[in-house]
Amino acid sequence: MSSLNSLTLALTRIPDEDEALRTEVRSFLQDAIRDMPAHVRARSWGGYDTAFSRKLGEKGWIGLTLPREYGGAGRSAFARYVLVEEFLNTGAPVGSHWIADRQSAPLILKYGTEEQKRFHVPRICRGESFFCIGMSEPNSGSDLASVRTRAEPNEHGWLLNGQKIWTTNAHHCQYMIALVRTSGTSEDRHKGLSQVIVDLSLPGVTVRPIEDLSGDRHFCEVFFEDVQLGHDALIGNEGQGWEQVTAELAFERSGPERLFSSIVLFDQWLDYVRLPGNATPSSTRLAGKVLTQLAPLRAMSVSVQERLMQGGSPIVEAALVKELGTTLEQSIPADIAQDLFSRQDDDVPVELLMTLKYVTEASPSFSLRGGTREILRGMIARGLGLR
Amino acid sequence: MTNDSDLFADAARQVLADQCTPQVVRAIEAGDSCSAQSLWEQLEAAGLTDALVPESEGGSQLGLGQVFGVLEQCGAHALPLLLGETMIAHAALPPSMRPSGAMALARGQREADGTVRCALVRSAKVAEHVLVQADDTMWLLLPIAAAQSSDHALALDATLVWPAAQVTAAAQLSMESGVDLWTLQACVVAAQMAGALGTVLACTLQYANDRKQFGRPIGKFQAIQHQLAVMSEHVCAARMAAQLGCSGAGAVPDRLRVATAKARCSQAALVVSEMAHAVHGAIGFTEEFDLQLYTRRLHAWRQTAGSEAYWHDVAGQALIAQEGGSLDVIRRITDVAI
Repeated sequence: MSSLNSLTLALTRIPDEDEALRTEVRSFLQDAIRDMPAHVRARSWGGYDTAFSRKLGEKGWIGLTLPREYGGAGRSAFARYVLVEEFLNTGAPVGSHWIADRQSAPLILKYGTEEQKRFHVPRICRGESFFCIGMSEPNSGSDLASVRTRAEPNEHGWLLNGQKIWTTNAHHCQYMIALVRTSGTSEDRHKGLSQVIVDLSLPGVTVRPIEDLSGDRHFCEVFFEDVQLGHDALIGNEGQGWEQVTAELAFERSGPERLFSSIVLFDQWLDYVRLPGNATPSSTRLAGKVLTQLAPLRAMSVSVQERLMQGGSPIVEAALVKELGTTLEQSIPADIAQDLFSRQDDDVPVELLMTLKYVTEASPSFSLRGGTREILRGMIARGLGLR
Repeated sequence: MTNDSDLFADAARQVLADQCTPQVVRAIEAGDSCSAQSLWEQLEAAGLTDALVPESEGGSQLGLGQVFGVLEQCGAHALPLLLGETMIAHAALPPSMRPSGAMALARGQREADGTVRCALVRSAKVAEHVLVQADDTMWLLLPIAAAQSSDHALALDATLVWPAAQVTAAAQLSMESGVDLWTLQACVVAAQMAGALGTVLACTLQYANDRKQFGRPIGKFQAIQHQLAVMSEHVCAARMAAQLGCSGAGAVPDRLRVATAKARCSQAALVVSEMAHAVHGAIGFTEEFDLQLYTRRLHAWRQTAGSEAYWHDVAGQALIAQEGGSLDVIRRITDVAI
């Protein structure tokens, strides 16, 4: 039964001192994004707004959990949980600094040299320096270990050649942390992979945005042609890239961003249903169906956060949260469309329908980004002892 | 607190593993009252029926959050007796009115001629009394022996009617307005469903590892692995929801949390039962194989004290009655005192 331990998550309560941050964040956000329409807010961590990120940097809300000596605020991971939960539920445009705050700065702190920490982390915390993550390649998606982009050691450091794709916000970022091959061939799989920090302004780097099906431009293809990196580009140990990347995944997969991608739409729909005469029996039932799934998921996500804080590596638990969470996120636009267009009255507010349009179009990505549904199910099956 | 609840859950696990075997479950469901009586005595002897009763009245004074583990074990062993319902009823009744023996919970209708009719009493045939909610604040404690009983769809259930004289003589209980019988019942049923869901997953995992086809365990096939992954997601979420429903230091659950618990567990019951049977194939469909004890029970529990749609309506009304973002309502459900 030990393989089932991942399934018995304990009720966990966010400590009061972290919870206290919520009021301040909420009132700041009410003011800061008052004029932003819902269909724009619905983009949330896909929304890109450098000025907004700088404002958050001034508030000390980027790198909240990072040590003060590197520009962070030294708060707990639960404080960041509260912060992020409020960002997502309000639909704050946090995309510019999202990756740097969630993944890159913690990675640099964990594996970086003192120089790397002193250079990068304070800039990230100020909302000045943005990062993207170079993982997928044209022939390396779910099978990440097959990456072919190479960094060859030379007298100046590393010579980078290859191509990344689906890199979110690469066209807006100063840096990429890329998973590359530093020795061996793709036959060697997990061996010989390393992570390097690439300054995207270097000669030989070409970034091309790819338009998504809704007309947004967030992901990119990035080409490296004889890009000369310094010795200090290597982050962590040469050959340890795979271990470093997989350690990040539990942080990436269990957070509130895996539950709340459709929440701006859901809340806007609720406001419509609350208008006199609009609460039909089926809309009331739908509201309850979503609530009774979201609440346990949120409790699971908070519980996984606690396991992370205790130094655990709840990879299977995080996969469970992401799989269930994204499935619910995807059902919300479908069910809301069903409700709105089952009514005799077709005078539904256009702004609500614009939000519905955006979330409907964006929803396939919810179960692609950060590990596909099929990959996650495989990981869960491994956790259950089946593989 | 955690230690107390672990101790009680362990005590329940031991009694149930020894005494509530699949054979005993089958015997009780087939109407063997000796088996039912002897198992009930074991549960009483372990002190479980008075777990929620104050210490001053001879109980263990636990809160719902501390008996979750016991109820989960009941479900994990498909206990066909009313331990959870009796625990809840004992806590609700003053000591002078607390009868011995198992207690069922049911909604009743007071007719014009003074009779009380309970259209459906779950597990009436293994209970001695019923705590009946006749309207918002009128609760009656009625002995089953005095009722006219007729069979129901499931073997242990019954429709019960008490003559006017019995109703007049019955002990009346004044409960706080707003306490709803289904909320009490759904709280314990959801916790038991969480246990049964865990057992169904464990059985299915075991089977997928043992059963070989095409020269390897069927659990090596990706189609089977993905079904088990989906099952485990529902088992995990349902257990979390059931913990939310059965939480706190008191003996009266929160209605919105129970709505979450019962709706989520009932949703999981369907998915998990369906996939468990799909993985097991024909053997899982036999009387002889134990899987059916848990999957049939999950369906019965889904149909007890409100299906998911009933509780979706309750939760939906609560959400629509609020203003602002749904996060605050979500937090009201998830942020329990621990």
